[in-house]
Amino acid sequence: MSPAESAATGSGDLHWASYERPAGVHPPLNSPEYRSTLLRAPKRPAIRLPHGLTEVTGPLLGAERVSAADADLTTRHAGEPLGERMILTGRVLDSDGRPVPDTLVEIWQANASGRYAHRADDHPAPLDPNFDGAGRCLTDSRGRYQFVTIKPGAYPWRNHLNAWRPQHIHFSLFGRAFTQRLVTQMYFPGDPLFAQDPIFNSIPDPRARQRLICALDMNVTQPDWALGYQWDIVLRGRDATALEPAEEHR
Amino acid sequence: MSLGLTPSQTVGPFQSIGLPWPDGPEVVDPATEGAITITGRVLDGASEPVPDALVETWQSAPDGSFAHPDDPRGGGVPGFRGFGRSATDARGRYRIVTLRPGALPAPGGGTEAPHLDVTVLARGLLDRVVTRIYFAAEEAANAADPVLATVPAARRRTLIATPEPGGEAGRFRFDIRLQDPQETVFFDV
Repeated sequence: MSPAESAATGSGDLHWASYERPAGVHPPLNSPEYRSTLLRAPKRPAIRLPHGLTEVTGPLLGAERVSAADADLTTRHAGEPLGERMILTGRVLDSDGRPVPDTLVEIWQANASGRYAHRADDHPAPLDPNFDGAGRCLTDSRGRYQFVTIKPGAYPWRNHLNAWRPQHIHFSLFGRAFTQRLVTQMYFPGDPLFAQDPIFNSIPDPRARQRLICALDMNVTQPDWALGYQWDIVLRGRDATALEPAEEHR
Repeated sequence: MSLGLTPSQTVGPFQSIGLPWPDGPEVVDPATEGAITITGRVLDGASEPVPDALVETWQSAPDGSFAHPDDPRGGGVPGFRGFGRSATDARGRYRIVTLRPGALPAPGGGTEAPHLDVTVLARGLLDRVVTRIYFAAEEAANAADPVLATVPAARRRTLIATPEPGGEAGRFRFDIRLQDPQETVFFDV
């Protein structure tokens, strides 16, 4: 689609913006080093879907989905979870730099020992009765989210001999359009497990991989309390290709 | 200004810790007049059930409206969530209770037949896959739908929910086959 065509789409007198998907950012579904793709990744090419009203709108899930306690994963149980307490904050933006306010952010993660509070996780590391690993919040009017949690542990998995996942927190985001939906994982700076992780490395562009890594931030860090990390999340912008034709043709 | 997008990663095997909601599959209360139920299985390339998937749906209200500021027609049905979310069970089954969506003006003219947009997330999918659910009874509208027209005729039936065989009215079946041989049509959105 040329930039001119994508600038606005519509029907008759109706016009609406589209949220074009830039090439080369997301991992290819067929990534055989990640073995679970072998029987699950579709084999046939996806068919291009021009963005209609169903694609440029989306669920605006709001305050009814969250309570203030949902953003603090450390105070939900009788005692405090074990592990390194951390504050995680950042902005949800679109690729044009506009904040995405009032959007639902959901996270889930392993405990400090690298064990998920999930019946299917059989890693022989201890469960923590004071940690369930799920959190949610809404971004504020400037697109900012914030969680208090503990740093998740690394854990082994059976993808290949001696495979270990780098420490990570899972994120789910909606934005304001069906086409902005994003599910991803956030990693920590300098993790020595990156080089052997086929999920992290499934992203073809090494620069794009770096965008999944949070940064330690001493301004977020609270003295005598918790380390602070910043991580901004960028969802698709409206008319992205129209605004940056160079990206489209690179 | 253009910022680099945050790349996608798989939802992994443990999304049920954080993502399913008790009322997720019920876009509307099942007692609502006109409520329909869409069920089906998510299957892998060996035709085995995918027990750790999450199926999400997004759709217009029955009159074809969206209660959303970016719908240039305005309107919308207040209180209609439009969004469904169902984890699959051990047999790979999901369930969505909703109202029938309406027809919509299509980009570039024409009319889109009533449909739901569907996101499937699962371990082994590094990015979500997207499909659509149309309805078998909407024969004329489906024949005029510009999106179905771009799908090879032999594969269109993978996008059509069918009345549950022998089932009561308002119950539909829509299986999602992630991989050959009867692979569901997925869309590049």
